Amino acid sequence: MIVGVLWLLGCELLGEVLARLTDAPIPGPVIGMVLLFAVLRWRKVGDDSPVVRVGDFLLAHLQLFFVPAGAGVLVYLSLLRRHALPVVVGLLGSWVLAVAVVGWTVVLLARGRAGGDGAVPEEIE
Amino acid sequence: MRFHQTWAWLHTSPLPWLLLTVAAYELGRRIRARTGHPLAQPVLITLVVVCTAIELTGTSYADYRSATSLIAFFLGPATVALAIPLHRQAHRLRGFAVPMLLGLLAGAIVSTTSGVLLVKALGGSEALARTMGPKSTTTPVAIALADRFDGIPALAAVFAILVGTFGAVVGPTVLSLLRIRERRARGLALGAVSHGIGTSRALHEDPVEGAFAGLSMGLTALITCLVLPVVVAVLL
Repeated sequence: MIVGVLWLLGCELLGEVLARLTDAPIPGPVIGMVLLFAVLRWRKVGDDSPVVRVGDFLLAHLQLFFVPAGAGVLVYLSLLRRHALPVVVGLLGSWVLAVAVVGWTVVLLARGRAGGDGAVPEEIE
Repeated sequence: MRFHQTWAWLHTSPLPWLLLTVAAYELGRRIRARTGHPLAQPVLITLVVVCTAIELTGTSYADYRSATSLIAFFLGPATVALAIPLHRQAHRLRGFAVPMLLGLLAGAIVSTTSGVLLVKALGGSEALARTMGPKSTTTPVAIALADRFDGIPALAAVFAILVGTFGAVVGPTVLSLLRIRERRARGLALGAVSHGIGTSRALHEDPVEGAFAGLSMGLTALITCLVLPVVVAVLL
């Protein structure tokens, strides 16, 4: 368990340091995620390893960890009320546009690669 | 009995808020387990309980925030841990990487651009536009990106939770209406716009859909980090 915690904190720290050193627009923890991904690929880490067990626990309760940030909505309730229209239309409009673009692009490109006959090979599970 | 001192200690200790937050989250988990409805997201239930308690006790948000900084700390390591589902599903990229990455890149560009433009066109403030940009990424990344690009992190969290929940509730229906039937495309689309909350719905629909939604969530977080600086520089 402790080894898993060390890997996660180590990658996060290194990510934060790299983000600051290079003034990259990417948040430190996201750089940490890329670093951990590289480690996991390189060492061919399996599901029983400490870092996977600790990480899976954290991910299972990810929703708990953003409650302190989310509760800040209290401070912005009047702002939300004043800007209700741009908020609601912005949320729903960009959601619908993006879901259609991703879905259609993937279907079109995957179809092209399957030989243009419209058939997409089913994945064997 | 030292009632007065004890009462004063309770007011300054972070323990009551930590306990309340974790307890509300557990309540949310039980409600989700009981009802199984995609609208019953533990985080929504927790936020309602916590915000009500903050209002009723007249506590300032800054006090609540510092009392629960222990919980917020785990957001960082948990974001790093997103590499794990990505690692688990990486084999699915083989032979499918190009359509997938192009689709997700197009999605990230459309999602951030249309979010920013819609808010601006309808008279929303610039801070609101900067907050709308990253809302399709998984909540911790949305918070970090809003922070990095002068948006409002608390609202980014709420926006991400709302679009995630929206996608979990209506996502599969909308995908069918758009005639997107291929499992991999459905998963990718839902993960790209509704991150982890949409992924849990996709997993419930079909294992392939769920796996691709998870992959899509991780890759969208990365791609959005690369796209957003350009979008912000061009549009704002």
